[in-house]
Amino acid sequence: MGLELYLDLMSQPCRAVYIFAKKNDIPFQLRTIELLKGQHYTDDFAQVNPLRKVPALKDGDFNLAESVAILLYLSRKYKAPDHWYPQDLQARARVDEYLSWQHTALRNCCTRAMWQKMMFPKYLGHSVPPEMLAATLAELDRCLQMLEDKFLRDQAYLTGSCISVADLVAITELMHPVSAGCKIFESRPKLEAWRQRVEAAVGEKLFQEAHAVVLKAKDMPPLMDPTLKKNLMLSLQYLLH
Amino acid sequence: MGLELYMDLLSAPCRAVYIFAKKNDIPFEFQFVDLLKGHHHSKEYIEINPLRKLPSLRDGKFVLSESVAILFYLCRKYSAPSHWYPPDLHMRARVDEFMAWQHTAIQLPMNKILWIKLLIPMITGEEVPAEKMERAMEEVKKNLQQFEEKFLQDKMFITGDHISLADLVALVEMMQPMGGNHNVFLSSKLAEWRMRVELAIGSSLFWEAHDRLVNLPNWDSSTLDPMIKKRMSEFLQKYK
Repeated sequence: MGLELYLDLMSQPCRAVYIFAKKNDIPFQLRTIELLKGQHYTDDFAQVNPLRKVPALKDGDFNLAESVAILLYLSRKYKAPDHWYPQDLQARARVDEYLSWQHTALRNCCTRAMWQKMMFPKYLGHSVPPEMLAATLAELDRCLQMLEDKFLRDQAYLTGSCISVADLVAITELMHPVSAGCKIFESRPKLEAWRQRVEAAVGEKLFQEAHAVVLKAKDMPPLMDPTLKKNLMLSLQYLLH
Repeated sequence: MGLELYMDLLSAPCRAVYIFAKKNDIPFEFQFVDLLKGHHHSKEYIEINPLRKLPSLRDGKFVLSESVAILFYLCRKYSAPSHWYPPDLHMRARVDEFMAWQHTAIQLPMNKILWIKLLIPMITGEEVPAEKMERAMEEVKKNLQQFEEKFLQDKMFITGDHISLADLVALVEMMQPMGGNHNVFLSSKLAEWRMRVELAIGSSLFWEAHDRLVNLPNWDSSTLDPMIKKRMSEFLQKYK
């Protein structure tokens, strides 16, 4: 059995891994784990990733969790072009810096924004207090400002003049609030120009393919199954404060 | 001007960078940015790191934030012994995996314990509701279990027989609640691993790095600048 990637394209980090693997022609078997159906909680999947999260990688006997670790593993094993994770000491440090910062910054507010604005009310029938949503969107705005001021600045890409894994991680993150109808690029021309550059570098077809699932999320009918609904509400409580 | 490291050893990520640099005899100037005095919000520091966080590194014109990035940078630039960040594909991936997971699974919850147990009562004069403390403890317990079962397993260290950056980062973060006299190393497996890592670092260096933290209960918070106190109280709202 060759390389297997356990992904749900509803998840931002899964999209980054998917795009990277496809863009670099890395052969893999896609194993879809549907988060909304609780498939990450099965015993079978726990064998692959005991942390019960996606993405997860299985390469023969070797199992790996965490999208950042997976991206770096793939780039090393399949010798991806240098610009994705540059050898140069300072260039690489810039990518490491972004990949580290994003865990508790952009990741957090993009997930909250998408769920509070769209998924909780429309899919789970749970309305979110307007002050909470407003605070979340304000936090998102602050993060976007930091993204522009500290990382992008006047560069073509987040960490320099070439696209890197940092840009993949960032763009897939930002598409989350976009899928919920947040117009984050409209008032930010610099960020919009960067978005177009990244999409062109990835290839429009691959970019659309990776985002098809999340962009259709707004059209999903409300969840009716009471057990699933209860379980999801329980596991996603942390997104509500 | 040589390498400068902007740190306050109250912060776990700063301790990881400090210990690593000292252990590997990397010459640097320690630029103390006093968190308790709110110096991370000073004009001078904001120019170094507009994100106002510690640690930061300045190497000539090159400025870098994020402890994980700093550790990798120092490791490579100063050619630290390979066990710190093994070249083997799988072992290196294990370090990367832990470094990614720890931000939200270890660092945040461990810090929360310190805030709830010590800093919030000390600074605001109010106790945190018991059920918040219980929830924070539950999360720490669950994540430490995952640490033991998935990351440590039956090995001496996270990557196997030798200490790596992952063990260093893990330990300094798990030490954070000690600032509030709270010990998380309750299982014998965890306690034994803790000792192993301390010895691999060197007890003298380890405790030197943790001195400011373990003396935190003695800090006279009445000396806190009222502006800083107000800002901290606002920040602390989310923990209450």
